[in-house]
Parts: sequence; structure tokens; C-alpha cells
Amino acid sequence: MRFGIVVFPGSNCDADCYHVIKDVMQEEACYIWHKETDLQGVDAVILPGGFSYGDYLRAGAIARFSPVMSAVKEFAARGGLVIGICNGFQILLEAGLLPGAMLRNRSLKFICDQVHLKVNRTDTPFSHLFAPGEVVKIPIAHGEGNYYCPPEILEELKANRQILFTYCSPQGEVSDEYNPNGSLANIAGIINKEGNVLGMMPHPERCSEEILGGTDGFKIFASMIKWAKEASR
Amino acid sequence: MNYRDLGLTDDEYKLILDFMGREPNELELGMFSVMWSEHCGYKNSRPLLKLFPTRGACVIQGPGENAGIIDIGDGDALVFKIESHNHPSAIEPYQGAATGVGGIVRDIFTMGARPIALLNSLRFGKLDDERVKELFAGVVAGIGDYGNCLGIPTVGGEVYFNDCYKENPLVNAMCIGLVKQEEIKKAVAGRAGSPIMLVGAKTGRDGIHGATFASEELSEESAAKRPAVQVGDPFMEKLLIEACLELIKEDLVDGMQDLGAAGLVSSVAETVSKKGKGAVIDVLKVPRREEGMTPYEVMLSESQERMLIIPKSGCEKRIAEIFDRWGLDAAVIGEVTDDGVFRVQEGERKVAEVPVKALTEGCPVYVREGRVPDYYKEAQDFSPEKLPEVDLKEAWIRLLSSPNIASKKWVYAQYDYQVMTNTVILPGHGDAAVLRIKGTRKGLAATVDCNSRMVYLDPYRGGMMAIAEAALNLACVGAKPLAFTNCLNFGNPEKPEIYWQLQEAVKGMSEAAVVLGTPVVSGNVSLYNESTERAVYPTPVVGMVGMLYDIDKRCDMAFKREGDVICLLGRMREELGGSEYLAVCHGIEKGKVPDIDLEELKRLIELILYLTGQKLLASCHDVSEGGLAVALAECAITGDIGFEAEMPELKRGFMFSEAPGRVVVSLREEKLALLEEACAKASIPCQVIGRVKGKEMIFCDRKGNQTALLLKEGKKLWGEAIACLMK
Repeated sequence: MRFGIVVFPGSNCDADCYHVIKDVMQEEACYIWHKETDLQGVDAVILPGGFSYGDYLRAGAIARFSPVMSAVKEFAARGGLVIGICNGFQILLEAGLLPGAMLRNRSLKFICDQVHLKVNRTDTPFSHLFAPGEVVKIPIAHGEGNYYCPPEILEELKANRQILFTYCSPQGEVSDEYNPNGSLANIAGIINKEGNVLGMMPHPERCSEEILGGTDGFKIFASMIKWAKEASR
Repeated sequence: MNYRDLGLTDDEYKLILDFMGREPNELELGMFSVMWSEHCGYKNSRPLLKLFPTRGACVIQGPGENAGIIDIGDGDALVFKIESHNHPSAIEPYQGAATGVGGIVRDIFTMGARPIALLNSLRFGKLDDERVKELFAGVVAGIGDYGNCLGIPTVGGEVYFNDCYKENPLVNAMCIGLVKQEEIKKAVAGRAGSPIMLVGAKTGRDGIHGATFASEELSEESAAKRPAVQVGDPFMEKLLIEACLELIKEDLVDGMQDLGAAGLVSSVAETVSKKGKGAVIDVLKVPRREEGMTPYEVMLSESQERMLIIPKSGCEKRIAEIFDRWGLDAAVIGEVTDDGVFRVQEGERKVAEVPVKALTEGCPVYVREGRVPDYYKEAQDFSPEKLPEVDLKEAWIRLLSSPNIASKKWVYAQYDYQVMTNTVILPGHGDAAVLRIKGTRKGLAATVDCNSRMVYLDPYRGGMMAIAEAALNLACVGAKPLAFTNCLNFGNPEKPEIYWQLQEAVKGMSEAAVVLGTPVVSGNVSLYNESTERAVYPTPVVGMVGMLYDIDKRCDMAFKREGDVICLLGRMREELGGSEYLAVCHGIEKGKVPDIDLEELKRLIELILYLTGQKLLASCHDVSEGGLAVALAECAITGDIGFEAEMPELKRGFMFSEAPGRVVVSLREEKLALLEEACAKASIPCQVIGRVKGKEMIFCDRKGNQTALLLKEGKKLWGEAIACLMK
């Protein structure tokens, strides 16, 4: 399976994603420069973390105008798998591939920490290898991860079961105490209605190897790979 | 402008007249002023810096370049340096600290290395003052935002609070880069006729005379020098890193030099002087951010995120393409000449003409006389024996919640410490940061250390301690200490007492470095750290780097298992001189600094490396601020398991002594015999002092008396102290 990792000026988790796909998952990976309009026939797209264009406006607000984003939109519309991590999630929101917006963390500070997430669905391309209700530990590192959307959209997200990951306690309790950034309904990651586009603030590529202290992120990439391989059969 | 206003003395001015054979014009005088400042010229510190050992088997590049370089095998090398940004941070904490990070990162990729880790060493006044809180919060946010945006993990550091830093905080940033040895670049301009390119941010009026500003004491007028503080643009820096590393990969440049202190003047002079060349620069060709800038302003601007590039012959076009792809502007602003003269043109008009060597090597060097300060003897004579007894539990609680000892999570949670996915010992988990090197079995470890109170009380022993602690911290994570960089933060060296501190500290550091076999490869000197009221404590920060040749042999400080045995390696000691205990519980910063046996320390380091290499240890942590009581509490809190430890007597000396060269380890009981045998062989005292167990932290004596603290309570005190003060 071939993953395309989009590189915007200011992306800084591109090499980390490349490493995980290539060296850990042992799949093909290529970089796609943000000015390209062709996705080189990849089977999945990763929008990596970082600070595209310095995020001097709103995070992701400039990156959505990059030529590559039209290609990503078409790819997603055709059912291709797209995962946006951290800044990638912010770009997916700005590009309208996912609903809602990001506010600054309620502490008004950048937060780097190890947090727990509840996996709310295990019937998606990104999560089918998790056990139902599984609690996973994945690092976060962001200044604008306070997800917001209007109440009617939140209702829709809930009704369509689009909230894939919620911040929780190590035991799985979802409460404000375990919400690191003030995110609405403890949202850490959401998918589109069709289920092929995921945006998440935590960084699965930072916990896909034993040496980094955890492998819960591995399962997300492994899920995508298995799903895509089965679909192509 | 008068030369005195530019920080030059009468004698220095006379020297300039000799070099020039005439009166210099204003621009020429400005060029001398910045190049001859302490910051660029090291005129007060150079004779002392010669004391440092700079040679060693691993050294590829010692002091004198943008950064030092060490060989780590397999054709790989590490490039590293630490640098101060104290004065800018005192005036404008956020931008001052941010641009400090930007500057040190440029020093690293200028050498062709990919920056892979940042560390920092910070000092502030006490957190009961609103302005200090502002400075602290601003500096941490500035460091975080800049490094986070670059995608370089900030993996380690230290923060201390003491009244002496109230007006003059210290902000030292260290960067480590990884490079293939054949890709190392040095700042050397090749041939006459080479174009000189300037790339990156446009030049503005920010930061003019920053180097001179950094070489003066802070005063009420300092706030008016705010234009001397630069503004950072980490996004621009990120583009520069990627573009410049591409140039090096494709072997397109003869020389590359960042623009830091003293702007174009310094970077051009440094680049061409090494081969005796000269340069001509046309200020009209320098892309500007503001209208109406004078040649003086253009040449001395310290605008950030700019690089000077000397292309290889015929590579100009390819270089322009790469910069264009990254959306960067590159301009040819002049060329290298053969005559050793630095000429500045404004179009057709010549506006300055100075011999390059006069700028780079003409700076006079001052060997000053030191004088033992009055406080020294008084501090030495002080004996804690006569102090009233304090309840041990109460003292322990106060120490755990002292900001100097408490968890620094409030700080490091604002730094992205995991980007690049190499960090395998996270901040707060070990005595040093450990990063894997992808594609190898190897790992690197790094730490920054300095207990400035000890240095103040006894600069010689305190200087030794800084080196000793850094080396021991590396050993505790399983890394062999290799080499270090340092940042000497001192007061005004023209004062004999301050010069004495500098001299003694450097002597002590050098002596320790020689015994431990860890040469210095780079460094920075920051003098004149004084406010109207006082000088800061002498603070020679040591940034040391070591290697793990098998990353699986790393060790952290957390207790691992119920029932493990706890041992103290090194002697049980009870000296309290210079301790955090005296400062926190008695408000006293005096006493004899505990002595250190360097030969024994060297054996201890080798012993720990053997023990970690054999995987005998479950945890390892050095005894420093707060003594054994704090060291064991940190192991327990980090591992979330309690302990019971027996002291010869339940008294403050045993619990809180900071005598150096001691380590606490935990291990499975069945491995104890092997540990004891290894210690005996190394002639290092080893005693079982307790066990990992339960949910309480207990110190007891043989009679069964106890001082105990619930783990949960300790965790809260230690974990939340700084956050509480910052609310």
C-alpha cells in the first residue's frame, strides 16, 4: 500500500509519518509537495502535523489554498482514505472536509502531554483493530486543539457517530477533568459521514513503536492498511 | 556619535586610529564597536577560556567555529552549542527568548547539521513577584513557540529561582544537530570574486547594537533599548533550515554563515577573515523591510532569520531555484575580494573601508586582576551546626514544593518534546534526555547543569560540581559523557571580585573536565549580568553530550517494582553547605561547598556505565538539590511506588545533604551480589539503604523512628508547586 504524505511549508511531522509508514509499517511512502496537483496514485493521504505557513493566521487557514488540497478533496470524494493529524486536522477543518473549527487551548498555552482516548467506534477504516470501548494512550502537542462546532453540528456528529476519539481518564471516564484543551464534548478526533476522512489532534505516529513508550498509534495505521488491502481484493 | 557611547574605551579608540591611519567615520566606528564588544570579541574572557581542555579523541571541531563537533562513529557526528540571550529576555521576554532559540538553531544548521534537539537553562527571581512571573511565563512561551514551530523537540533543561536573577534573568539555549561527517560545512569563503548572497528575512532596524547592549550592565535606560531586541519568525527559520540543508546535500556552497550578533558586519568579517580575504558589500543590494535605512543601520541590523551564502562556482542558478521553491528571497549583495579589506558601498559611494583582521583579531585582550570578595570568607566560616532544628517532615515538604526542586512540568508541557519521534527518555523521567538515532542502535544523551549557589559560595568547587553533575547525569541514563559546551553567565568582569569568580570557576571546571576526559567544543560568554542593585550569581552553565552505544541499555529514574532493593553508591554524607535546605528552611545561602573527589567520581561514572551495560539496574538517579530525601522521592513519584529507607540517624544532614558524586539505584534483590561485587572492584562504597514498596515514602532509623509522607501527598506537592505559583 502506498501512502502520500503532503508537505506544506512549515509541516514538521512529515518525516515522522514517513518513518512510521516506511520503517515501522513496512509500506510504501512518498512525499507530495503542496504545489502538486497530482497525488501520484497513492492509496491513502496523510496531512501531517506542524505549523503550515507558520500558522500566523488561524492554524491551517492558508494551507487549505495550496494546490494539492483540490486533489485531496477529489481523492476523498472518491472514497480515498485521508488522515489529518494535528495541523493536518486543522487543515481538514479549514478546507471543509470535516465540520467545525479549532480554538486556542483554554489554558491559552501550548500543551505537550500523554493523554488517554476512548475509541468510540471500531467499524471504521481507522479503528477496526481496536477493541470496542478501548482506552488508548496517544501524545498530544498543540496550541489550538480546542474543537468547536455549533450545537446542531454536534448533534449531527453524534447522530452519525462521527466522533471517533474522545479524551478520557486512564479508566475511560469521559469528563472535563480529562479534557486537556477545552474541546467540545472532549472531542479528540472526528470522521466524515462516509467514514474515509479522519482528523485527530493526538499524534499516532509518536506512539507506534515500543521504544517510544507505546504502540497504540500503530493500530491506527495498521487498521488503514488492512482495510485498504481488503478493499482492493 | 561618540566612541564612548558605543562602549569603546579611550585606549581602544587609539588602537582603532592606529589600524585605520585616520579618524574612522561613524559606520566604521560602529563596526569596530560591535566586533570588539565582549559578546563578539571575548576581550575579557579569552585568556581564561584557554584553560579549558579542547582536545579529545572524539573532537572533530573545537571552539572557534559556529558550533563544536564530535565524532559518534559510523561516519556520524553531533554538532552542538549553547548560547545566552539574557539581556534581550530581560527587556522583552517572549521575543528575547524566542530569538535566542532561533540564533542557536542557525549556528547548528550553518555547519550542515540537521538540528535534532533543544535544551535550555533558565534563571529567574523568586515567583512571588508579578514581574518575575511575567518574565518566566514570557520566556517559556517564547522558547516553546519558536522551537515547536520549527519541529525541533525541546527535550531537557533546568530552571532555578533566586533573588539575584530578579532584574537580570538568564536564558541559555542549547541546540544539538546530527550530520554525516562528509557534509560538515565551515564558515570559510573560498575564492576572490565569489558572490556573497544574503537569504531569508528582509533587513530592518531591529536589533541594532544588540551585541553592544549585551555587553553592558542593565539599567533604567535598558528599557529604552528595546529596539535592540529582535523579533522572531520561526516559519521563516523553518524554511531556511530546509533550504540550506538542501544546498549542502547537493554540495552547492563554499561557505555558509548565519547572521547573529553584529549582523552583516560580523558574519561577513568572520567568513572572509579565515582565509585572509576581504569583501565588498553594497548596502543598496540588501533587501530591506523599511525605507530610508542608512548604511549604518543596514550593516549593524540584527534582523533574525538571515543567512549568508558563498556559492560554489557555477552553482548560483541551482541555489536560486532551491530558494525559490521554498519561497525565499536570495540577493547577491557583494563579493569576496583578495585584499583583506572590508569595503562597504552605497551604490557608487564608498561608505566604509576597514582591514578585516583589525575587526576580527585586533580586539585588545584584557587580563584582569581578581580579588577574593568579602562574602567568601564569611560564607566559608558559616557552620549549620548552630541552627535550630526543624521538623524533618516539615522540611521535606518545603523542599519538595520549592520551585527549584519541584517538577518542571509546567515548563516542559509547553515544549513539544516528542516531535521527530526520537525522544526515548521524556523530560522529568531521567537525569538526562535520551534520543535514539534512527537507523542505528545508538542513542545520544544530553543535559544542562549548574548549581549557581554553589558556584557563588565557592567558584572553584562550584565550577567542578557543574561539570561533575553533568557527567554523572549522563552516566545515570546509561550514556558515556563525551564533551561539553558552556555558557559563562557572570557579572561585570571589570570588577575584581567578579573577575575572581570567573577565573576560579573556569579553573574548577577545567580541572574536572580534564579528569573526566570531557573536552569543551563550543561555548558562549555572557558578562555584565548585573542590574542596578547586584550581579547575578556566577552561573557557568554546562551542556554536556554523551552516547549510548546500545539504546536498549538506557536507564531512567523511576522505581519499577515492589520489593526492589535501593542502594546508595558513594558515601553517606551530611554536609549542608550551600544546600537548598539551608536556603528554604533557614533563609541562609552560606556554608562550605562539599568537596568532590574527581578520581572517585570518574570511577563512579565508569561503574554506572558497567551496571547499566549489564542491565543490572531498574532505576538510577543522582543525589543533588534536596539531597537523598528529594532524590528518593523523585524516584518514587516518577515510578508511582513508595519506599522505605533507613538512615544511620534520622537527621537533616543525612536527608538533605547535597554532597556530590552520589547516586541512588534500585534493582532486583537477586542482582545485589553482582552490584556489590562491581562496586568493590571499582572501590565505590555501596550500601543497601532500603526497599521499593507500598504507597508511602518512609525514612527511618535503626530504632524504628520514622519520617513518612504519603506518595500521593508528595506527588501533589512536588507536581503542582510551580503551577500553583503561576496561577
